[in-house]
Amino acid sequence: MQGGGGGSESGSMSTVSREDNMVMSSEDSSCPDESELELGLGLSLGGFKMHQVSRGGHYARILTAKDFPSVISASSSPSSSSSSSSSSSSSSSSSSSSSSSSSLRRANVTAGTKRNADSVAAANSSSQVVGWPPIRAYRMNSMVNQAKNQATEGFNSTMENHKSETSTVEKGTTGISSYQNSGNAKLRKSLFVKVNMDGIPIGRKVDMNAHESYEKLAKTLEDMFLKTTPNVNPAGLRALKLGMMNKLTRSSKLLDGSSDFVLTYEDKEGDWMLVGDVPWKVFLSSVKRLRIMRTSEATGLAPRLHERNCQRQRSKHI
Amino acid sequence: MIEEEMNLTELDIQENGIDDKGGSWLSCFPESFTSLEVLNFANLSSDINFDALERLVGRCKSMRVLKLNRSVSLEQLQRLLVNAPQLAELGTGSFSEELTFRQYVELESALSNCQNMHTLYGLWDAKGIYLPALYPVCTHLTFLNLSYAALRSDELAKLLAHCPRLKRLWVLDTVEDKGLEAVGLNCPLLEELRVFPADPFDEEIIHGVTEAGFVAVSFGCPRLHYVLYFCRQMTNAAVATIVQNCPDFTHFRLCIMNPGQPDYITNEPMDEAFGAVVKTCTKLQRLSVSGRLTDLTFEYIGRYAKNLETLSVAFAGSSDWGMQCVMGGCSKLRKLEIRDCPFGNAALLSGLEKYESMRSLWMSACNVTMNGCRLLAREMPRLNVEVMKEDGSDDSQADKVYVYRSIAGPRRDAPPSVLTL
Repeated sequence: MQGGGGGSESGSMSTVSREDNMVMSSEDSSCPDESELELGLGLSLGGFKMHQVSRGGHYARILTAKDFPSVISASSSPSSSSSSSSSSSSSSSSSSSSSSSSSLRRANVTAGTKRNADSVAAANSSSQVVGWPPIRAYRMNSMVNQAKNQATEGFNSTMENHKSETSTVEKGTTGISSYQNSGNAKLRKSLFVKVNMDGIPIGRKVDMNAHESYEKLAKTLEDMFLKTTPNVNPAGLRALKLGMMNKLTRSSKLLDGSSDFVLTYEDKEGDWMLVGDVPWKVFLSSVKRLRIMRTSEATGLAPRLHERNCQRQRSKHI
Repeated sequence: MIEEEMNLTELDIQENGIDDKGGSWLSCFPESFTSLEVLNFANLSSDINFDALERLVGRCKSMRVLKLNRSVSLEQLQRLLVNAPQLAELGTGSFSEELTFRQYVELESALSNCQNMHTLYGLWDAKGIYLPALYPVCTHLTFLNLSYAALRSDELAKLLAHCPRLKRLWVLDTVEDKGLEAVGLNCPLLEELRVFPADPFDEEIIHGVTEAGFVAVSFGCPRLHYVLYFCRQMTNAAVATIVQNCPDFTHFRLCIMNPGQPDYITNEPMDEAFGAVVKTCTKLQRLSVSGRLTDLTFEYIGRYAKNLETLSVAFAGSSDWGMQCVMGGCSKLRKLEIRDCPFGNAALLSGLEKYESMRSLWMSACNVTMNGCRLLAREMPRLNVEVMKEDGSDDSQADKVYVYRSIAGPRRDAPPSVLTL
């Protein structure tokens, strides 16, 4: 089993399992100037190592392209693994992982980072290397449109992790969510979950990753289920919006307790929970499916719902 | 702080680990406070008190730079601009919400009054359909940062047709080669281009930009001297053409995103590409290399890059000789950062004499050992040689090494993972 190893935030990118840990080198967000340390070799954070030298006192053998067979897909590891425990093998079945591997075997294992000339282009492996390509954390965060959303509680995750001190980073995963932005995670995959609404036999599916916050999710669901005609938004600036337009900041009916329905979800442990209690990213990592439940059925939840939402609305402004 | 600083002219909240507790800081500016010239809170993630902001901007008539964060809407932007037509640099908030036709017209009108505006950033998630609102300010723009807006090539082309004076342009690679052709066609004064990858980690993506886009820009923009280019394929021939068209590069940062990737047409290493760069661009100060590179690249660098000050190397080189060439040849080298290269102790120690005249050396995931670092530290007492080891790594390996000169001696604030030798 792949350990979480030295993985702190980066969570995902390391491919190859080796004895040495893949400590992440996050993008160098501590430098004020983008031109500094562009390789993301931030001092404060663990650096990635794809070590080409065999351990145990061998001399470094200089590996050239010929050493790297085209084991592309085999050496790509799933984004959830971050690590490198000595006993595990990466998902690359072809590259076994014994700790006494010869340097050649090591070459196979490192094939994740260098590609044979043949295996080029689409099979690119940049996703498997921590801290590469060298893009600043700030930019990565912005690009995926997540975490910077002001409406959700628990802003924390992404920005903080990149700015965290060495000690937190190197102590193993700080990640609470598999979507934590390590700078190297595959962040933009879809995450479709089923949504059912009481009284409606046909369910829908919604891409959780296409939303950055509870408000946006709720809005989408309202559009899907609570409006008889879809709120089609005609392109073009000449479309007049006569009050059909939902401003993003308006609180959703599904979340503020004002409708007959309440939004709940099933988490990884099979429990049905009220949507909105935990930070968005934590939610993303635990949601399995959604249910728009009649408030009358959400016994025990409703009073708390109302109370919680009053509180949230108060804290939202200034 | 704000309450005490009556003559504050600049408040620039750069990217910091700020514990963002909301927008009340804006209300700390008293009504009598009018001196602010620069206000940058683009990196704050929280909502702000817009009314306070509007009043502040309205009364600071000397404000030249205003960079908003994403929580500021287009409609709010319009309200701010109406009272600040003197702005020279604007960072918009989010540029993606729905606007009514009337709102759009008002925004366009407010922008057109900003005749001093030469720099535009932000534009987060900008939708192509609203870009025409920018046209009135485009004529004067010298710096346009579209790197948070995933535009298509046609959208960019239409926009650039209005930007003849552009000197600096940052874009996402969603504009593709066609978009870059438009750059070459419309922006003859361009000096700096940065192309960022929209999806750097997605293996299925085969879009983005290629060597063709870069070449197209080089034909149209002979004054280009700063480039940062993320791409998935490149050829030696293309780079040779590029530097022939633009011999004045001072900063050449090419990132072929797949580590160790060769020229995709000839399958050869990219040595000749960077050879061409250093031979032709005599003013080169900063170089970042990528792709499959042998020691030959570094021979070229050592021999020709006499003005080079900063060099970034990753997944490159064949042996110690490569680094030795650089250390021996680049007399003006100040910063060297290396990762995942087969450079060992001999390479490290070849720079013994040089490190004191440099700002720093960083080597990670190379073949340097603790003994090599100790030797360096012993021979050069005025250098701080810091080693950061990773959990579980071999005791003899120096996983990450950072070397810099210091008259203050070893640092006292190092976390436990950093060993100063």
